[in-house]
Amino acid sequence: MRSPRVAEILSVIADGGGERAALPARLCAVCLSALPVSGVGVALMTVDGPSGVVLAATDERARQLEELQFALGEGPCVEASGGGRPVLEPDLVVAGSPRWPRFGAAVLDAGVHAIFAFPLHVGAVRVGVLDLYRDSAGRLTGPDLVEALAFADAATVVVLNLQNHDGVEDTPSALIEPIDGRAVVHQATGMIAIQLGITLAEALLRLRAHAYAAGRKVSGIAADVVDRRLRFDDGEPGITTQRDRRERP
Amino acid sequence: MTSREELLAATFVDLADTLVADFDVIDFLHTLATRSVELLDADAAGIMLADHDGGLHVMASSAEEARLLELYELQNNEGPCLDCFRSGRPVARDDLPAMRSSWPAFTEQLQLLGFHSAQALPMRLREETIGALNLFRLEPGRLGEADLGIGQAMADVATVGLIQERSLAASELLATQLQTALTSRVRLEQAKGMLAERTGLPMDQAFRLMRDFARGRGRRLSDVAAHIIDGSIDDSLLRRRSRKGTGTRPQT
Repeated sequence: MRSPRVAEILSVIADGGGERAALPARLCAVCLSALPVSGVGVALMTVDGPSGVVLAATDERARQLEELQFALGEGPCVEASGGGRPVLEPDLVVAGSPRWPRFGAAVLDAGVHAIFAFPLHVGAVRVGVLDLYRDSAGRLTGPDLVEALAFADAATVVVLNLQNHDGVEDTPSALIEPIDGRAVVHQATGMIAIQLGITLAEALLRLRAHAYAAGRKVSGIAADVVDRRLRFDDGEPGITTQRDRRERP
Repeated sequence: MTSREELLAATFVDLADTLVADFDVIDFLHTLATRSVELLDADAAGIMLADHDGGLHVMASSAEEARLLELYELQNNEGPCLDCFRSGRPVARDDLPAMRSSWPAFTEQLQLLGFHSAQALPMRLREETIGALNLFRLEPGRLGEADLGIGQAMADVATVGLIQERSLAASELLATQLQTALTSRVRLEQAKGMLAERTGLPMDQAFRLMRDFARGRGRRLSDVAAHIIDGSIDDSLLRRRSRKGTGTRPQT
């Protein structure tokens, strides 16, 4: 998650400025140009499974394939999100129908021969799925797979930042940071979720927004939370707490 | 067979048995760490695995000290585990002066935590090094050759177990298995945080509660973590069990 490549991808897609709602589409376009695939889509997921919302797709067919999976309740993106691991199907002619009886047939009719789905996860925080489609069969090479995983990490940040988050300022520079993967960050996320009675996804956003507002590293704020020097429930939640102001004038 | 031989045999079976339906990477790595301490002349063990970019993550440890030492290595970019991961070869030193000249900051931290010896064994399959098993000793001096051999065999079997899944190519195996392992690890940390906040316990004690509860009930650590996150395990249940069973002291 702290990969330089992830930061690079995020800065490329944020460079155009503008609305953060436009970022998923830009991410799909950059991903399409960087990898040997025919189409890219990003869909929202919740803990209960597919949400039915396709955030962005590079073409109409990619969008339809996303929607089809929601409608059928089966397919690689459903499986990737449920299992928390990438689902890589390099040859749908051979393996598609046995694996996904209804989706497998439909996807071949649409001329898609390989599909690669990557869950957008931060532990228990599930935000969506990145799907790559290709007209020809064949595996992703090792380097391509690494690149695809970097795009999945970048997409996780982009989609997480689209979640509903009251009280968190819409600050584009805070959006482009990769998620700090240190244990202390995830521990603090769990603590903040309990302190404020919010979801882990919201807690992670509050933590990141707080660090941004305070001009400090996310891991530094997280360490303060874990060491119980900072609470999020005794002041303006997620921006600056009273106690924090006292300690850091 | 002696009890050590029996445990050794059982350990190899456990480490090879990864194709079962309810395989859990985090439980598996904890087994490797704790069995390493039980079977080898080591007092603590820790395991680091690399993600798709070669970034190392502390995945499991037999004791909090081992976890801290590994985190310290990552923060300071110095230590036997990093050397081992980068070279793909076992790393050990004969004594403290030799350790100090190779890893000054790490050796100081090691001694602060009461240890006097550290070695690392690669987790490697053919050309691919996916991580390292670290063994820490309270006594000075390197681990004996016989123990190093057994430790390496355990690491090898665990590595094969970790990345085997017959239908997929090697890079896909690494990507999907390690991704699953990292997701489990992150979920475990999130659950620790939630439990620490609900109970007022320090982080390491919150983890001990989870681990003791999982062991006592024969449940997987990852499942317990998931149920703490979704709220279906009552915290008081965890604490009651721990007071009775293991002597963990809850603090408030």
